[in-house]
Amino acid sequence: MAELILDSVSQSYAQRQIIADLTFTLPEGAIGCLLGPSGCGKTTALRCISGFEPIQSGEIRIGGEVVSRPGWMLPAEKRRVGMVFQDYALFPHLTVADNVGFGLRGKAAAEKQARIDELLELVGLAGHAGQFPHQLSGGQQQRVALARALAPRPRLILMDEPFSNLDVELRERLSLEVRDILKREATTALIVTHDQHEAFSMADWVGVMHEGRIQQWDTPYNLYHEPANRFVADFVGQGALLTGEVINDHQVEIELGVLNGHMPVECDASGCEKCVRNCRVDVLLRPDDIIHDDDSLLLAEVENKAFRGAEFLYTLKLPSGQRALSLVPSHHNHAIGEKIGIKLAVDHVVAFRRE
Amino acid sequence: MLFALAIAALVLVPVAVTFSSFAQVEGDILAHLTEFVLPELVGNTLWLVLGVGLGVSVLGVSLAWLTAMCEFPGRRLFGWALLLPLALPAYVTAFVAIGLLDFTGPLLTWLREGWGITGLPEIRSRGGVILVMSLALYPYVYLIAKNAFATQGAIALEAAQSLGLSRTQGFFRVALPMARPWIAAGLMLALMETLADFGTMAIFNYDTFTTAIYKAWYSLFSLAAAAQLASILILFVLVAVVFEQRSRTRMRYSTVGRSAGSRRIKLSPLLAGLAFAYAAAVLAIAFLIPVTQLALWTRDVIADDLDARYWAFAWHSVLLAGIGALMVVAAALLLAYAGRQRPGQAMVWTQRLATLGYAFPGAVLAVGLFIPVAALDNWLIDIGHAWFGFDGTEILKGTLLVMLLAYLVRFLAVGFGPIDSGLHRITRNVDEAARNLGTSAAGLLTRVHLPMLRASLLTAATLAFVDIMKEMPITLMTRPFGWDTLAVRVFEMTSEGEWERAALPSLAIVIAGIIPIILLTWRGARSLD
Repeated sequence: MAELILDSVSQSYAQRQIIADLTFTLPEGAIGCLLGPSGCGKTTALRCISGFEPIQSGEIRIGGEVVSRPGWMLPAEKRRVGMVFQDYALFPHLTVADNVGFGLRGKAAAEKQARIDELLELVGLAGHAGQFPHQLSGGQQQRVALARALAPRPRLILMDEPFSNLDVELRERLSLEVRDILKREATTALIVTHDQHEAFSMADWVGVMHEGRIQQWDTPYNLYHEPANRFVADFVGQGALLTGEVINDHQVEIELGVLNGHMPVECDASGCEKCVRNCRVDVLLRPDDIIHDDDSLLLAEVENKAFRGAEFLYTLKLPSGQRALSLVPSHHNHAIGEKIGIKLAVDHVVAFRRE
Repeated sequence: MLFALAIAALVLVPVAVTFSSFAQVEGDILAHLTEFVLPELVGNTLWLVLGVGLGVSVLGVSLAWLTAMCEFPGRRLFGWALLLPLALPAYVTAFVAIGLLDFTGPLLTWLREGWGITGLPEIRSRGGVILVMSLALYPYVYLIAKNAFATQGAIALEAAQSLGLSRTQGFFRVALPMARPWIAAGLMLALMETLADFGTMAIFNYDTFTTAIYKAWYSLFSLAAAAQLASILILFVLVAVVFEQRSRTRMRYSTVGRSAGSRRIKLSPLLAGLAFAYAAAVLAIAFLIPVTQLALWTRDVIADDLDARYWAFAWHSVLLAGIGALMVVAAALLLAYAGRQRPGQAMVWTQRLATLGYAFPGAVLAVGLFIPVAALDNWLIDIGHAWFGFDGTEILKGTLLVMLLAYLVRFLAVGFGPIDSGLHRITRNVDEAARNLGTSAAGLLTRVHLPMLRASLLTAATLAFVDIMKEMPITLMTRPFGWDTLAVRVFEMTSEGEWERAALPSLAIVIAGIIPIILLTWRGARSLD
């Protein structure tokens, strides 16, 4: 267990910048996640941390020890960093127990066996020690891979898209299980994924990556409710942007009324002056910010609807032609084209200045 | 990378040497060659290629279609049994056929005396050679075409039927064209073997380039003439190589439905009976009858022939095949590893070049490698003479060097295939997982790669071992004095027409040859599970 620090790390390959100025701190024992669309550089970041890719600038520290700096890196086998691969990369010629014990060389036999038993117990595979990887299901293989990585008590565990080969139901169950296992081993862990549900259900800290940069490193709650810029707002969760005008330092007016909240507006364009009055902004409205109310005088036309079981996600067309999303309990079943009453229920305002 | 280049260079040496032989023309011999020998050789070779090409295509494709796509009694048995002729070197099939079908042979004597039937075609003829070679080599086409049909035939046929084609139309308009790259690849392999064949041609007295090279070497004592003939043969081979490589790149595996399974065509009783009779006849003529005849002959001579000399032949065969197989496996492993360390287009081409030796006839390699080694030898002798007072006439010439190098070049591809595909199955993530768990580079090899490659290494060694045991021209032309093997013994006995006495060593070779076929079908069956 150790703290992981990336300090303005950059890496490029064949003149192409893959990651740029990557900076974040993952506290000891915490689970972090790099979240982003494919090609955003998150897997490269992981490989830099595990010691398979050199870095061109900055510094990577694990538990206070520098492991990578430009022109030098501690070899992967000396880092004590465990890795769980997307395809698990189990050794097909070894049994489950031998896979888990692979990194325990040099330990006394009894100690080694005890650790293997402990881990197989932890991941719920105590009865499968003598089986070979191909005899296990995908979810079981994934847990063997985790046990194998945890066995030598690494300072840090890295997981690359750990659940992408599993079906959706198993994915949700296993992500909670894995979080539980990691917490019980009190391991610092960094996960890479493009699936925000996975990130939110597992991680204490999430970094949203785009074009090689971290857009925001924050708790899942803050990412959703206080996105730092348009990319994060768009990538994390659903929502719609409505044009608005700032009235004063705690009020902004949009088509549906005046919102009260924390002002002034944060800007996503760097060097932008904070706007205080009369400047035009885009206001982010999440589907739960608009509530259906039959008594409301504010009407919007149902343009599209998606049944989600407990609720409908309605796409609404406002009088001005702008669109917004609203999450409505599913017994309010309205036809497309119908006009329904809505009202605002915004806790805090998120607005971006218009260029 | 350096090693890979060295092996590739080793392949290029015989080509360069044989072509450079035109630099030192021996006038009268060349005149003799071009006037009398060449026209006949080219004509014989073209007829042979044409006839064998047609023969193996018809036999291979029809049998592949029947066993892969149709349901008839004995289909599963024939599925693998039809590969058995691979165990019979063509030269064995050849002398058994002559022994049986010669004018004085038992069959024709019986027909003539019992029934008064005469005027049957002579077996020692162009048609006879083509027939024997087709029966010996059709499994190349059969094996590859069967895989193609089994993986994509059923889907293709169903799609064709849903679009209103009958089954017969579906076969000719969809399944056959789809399988064309596979069939072409198998056909080219068979033709390379045809061009490389020496033993059969010698037994039939059918003059082709391989026998002419041998004669130039031993009767005319002209290395230059042998090399010139070899270079012309290389031109033929290169045409086959180009076609083969082209069709390989077009072989894209699109395994949609795994196997034909229950969707095989149910043949009517009449057709099923015909299919059975056809497959059984091919199996009998190409394998069962020759092996039975070998066994009968062996029974007659075993009391006299199974002496210390025979065990010496067998020991030489096993020893040479063992050393050769080890060299092949070691070189193939290094070559495959080079590709893993430094992937890239340049490496792919280097590997392709380095494994091209399988296409070169043994007679060509023998000439092409003997000449430079002899030159090197003379140079070494001169140095030894001048500096160390050495007064021998041979340093490298009388050794196994040329023969083993030639084996390595010719059979490297056989070992490289299974090892390379085995190595490709070990993903990069497996390497990185081992490294993350604290394993060094050496540990990676001993604890992960070698255990995972064990089956591939074994396959490679077995295939190379058996191929070297069957090999005739390289061994015959470059063996040091006293290194006679089973194959050499077969050549000597058959060249004197003593078919019975060639049976014992042949039977040993055939038995060894069955091993890889069992291996092949066993692995094939496992991969379908």
